[in-house]
Amino acid sequence: MAAENIKGERARKFAAHVTLWVLAALSLLPFFWMVLTSFKPLAEVESPNPFPTEWHPENYRLVFEQVPFARYYFNSVFIAAWCTFLVVLTSSMAAYAFSRLHWPGRDHVFRLYLATMMIPGLVTTIPNFSLMVRLHLLDSYQGLIIPAAFSAFGTFMLRQFMMSIHPALDESAEVDGARPWQIFWDIILPLARPGLVTLAIFTFMGNYGSLFWPLIMVKSEALRTLPIGMMYFDSQYGRQTNVLMAASVMNIVPLVVLFVVGQRFFVKGIMLGSVKG
Amino acid sequence: MTSAARHRRNLLIALSFLLPNFLGFLIFTLGPVVFTFGAAFTNWDLQGIEPLRWVGLFNFATLASDDRFWIYLVNTIYFLLGMPFAIAGSLAVAVLLSTKIRGLVVYRTLLYLPSVTSGVAVMLLWKVLYNPDFGPINHLIETFLGWLGFENAKGPAWLLSTQNLFALAVERLGIDPGQFGLGAREAIILMGLWGAVGGGNMLLYLAALTNVPKELQEAAELDGATRWQNFRNVTWPQLAPTTFFIVVMGFIGGLQGGFEQARVMTGGGPAGTTTTLAYYIYNKAFTEFQMGYASAVALVLFALIFAVTLINWKFGNKELNY
Repeated sequence: MAAENIKGERARKFAAHVTLWVLAALSLLPFFWMVLTSFKPLAEVESPNPFPTEWHPENYRLVFEQVPFARYYFNSVFIAAWCTFLVVLTSSMAAYAFSRLHWPGRDHVFRLYLATMMIPGLVTTIPNFSLMVRLHLLDSYQGLIIPAAFSAFGTFMLRQFMMSIHPALDESAEVDGARPWQIFWDIILPLARPGLVTLAIFTFMGNYGSLFWPLIMVKSEALRTLPIGMMYFDSQYGRQTNVLMAASVMNIVPLVVLFVVGQRFFVKGIMLGSVKG
Repeated sequence: MTSAARHRRNLLIALSFLLPNFLGFLIFTLGPVVFTFGAAFTNWDLQGIEPLRWVGLFNFATLASDDRFWIYLVNTIYFLLGMPFAIAGSLAVAVLLSTKIRGLVVYRTLLYLPSVTSGVAVMLLWKVLYNPDFGPINHLIETFLGWLGFENAKGPAWLLSTQNLFALAVERLGIDPGQFGLGAREAIILMGLWGAVGGGNMLLYLAALTNVPKELQEAAELDGATRWQNFRNVTWPQLAPTTFFIVVMGFIGGLQGGFEQARVMTGGGPAGTTTTLAYYIYNKAFTEFQMGYASAVALVLFALIFAVTLINWKFGNKELNY
């Protein structure tokens, strides 16, 4: 009986491994195809053979020659980095007030604030666009960054995180005469670092890939971000599937690197984001 | 210091920390929401052809008789049909990974990659993959069909086809048997499944599964429950809060969804079959500049999402948290 159980257990484990490998292969196949196609000569992009007969790494150079791809890269990273810095700053300050400070009505205000997370972005887009037009921020870095510098989700996530820090820490600092700003800066922020990193990764990735807002805000070529640039590339040179795939590969490499490096923060962040407040 | 003075001082300190976030919230969220509620009752047109006027419920009356609005609402709901499959897939993967399997981190990383890289680049990739004539997906399908003996059989036209599994008619509400098949909507749903199965929901299930008390499962096993019975009667009810959260979030996200796919892959076509409410709002507002009408459509979307949120508030915390 025991031996049979162990055998059954082994067979089950083996079946689980096979299933997971098949699923992993399905997840990765499109990426393999993309990478292989990015090295093909143009004449072979329609061939059923996924492998190039001759390898053409210069497709990657062609991307930079046909469109200002470096500029797109810079714009996306620059805008996403600014948004990330500002979101982490504004969210951590608000989260501190919602978790570590004691003031009348705190938790009611927090619940109300939380409820605003369900307001769909589409309801605010049109007035925000018109506001940007009025402020002459259409087609500017500021117009792309400032509206994305605040996040109810980020506040919520960091508040969850800061709630889990032991209250004795800031209490004893207070007794020692530390001011709220010092406690925030010297005690809470360092302890909340994993939460901050998690929020930073999420915010960076979200803004790096953002399409809707840049699409309506960007008019000049110099401000194009990667998603906008990729769409332009597709409409102008879409027939060159090999070069388009080279551009796509370069577009997603930073995301893959960021994900692999920051994996443990991802798992944590998704958990924190789902816990009810 | 008196207690009232201390209260006031605490409040001022808290406000100083909240100020940047609240300012941003007032300017970029609350203000705009109020503004949209007003704009939906005007004839606001960015091109300024007509002078700005209060038109009452005119936009909503137009919307109610706008066939395209109803068709696009159906499209939006159609895309939600991928959700049960995505959830079942995530749960299945999480169950496989929760059995103390070796290489968990490797599997988790590989399976999660599609959802990290979603966005324009990946949608352009799928557009090529779905190409009916030389895309690898149809190449595989046609090779397989040939192997079964169907020589010269053609794969679906995917993003170029109005066909769908419910045989919905084109450009009108109704059924047209000729439309039965695989088309653009299925292509977008399948791509969504590829991105979702190993993603965030899988991680949520994985965490929830590790929190199911081992004693419950062991007790059921001792009582002679099969693995399936154990899952069905012990594990699944324990997962209910997680499932509920995932479903609610799926509805809220799904109702607002479909913009990127339409903009990047199909232009909303063919014949409007992949236009969702989100893409309709974008087109009305930013290509036709009918801001008033677009605001009205956005409010309807808001109402739908609000209804889902109310269901969440009503049932979310009380009945499903064990």
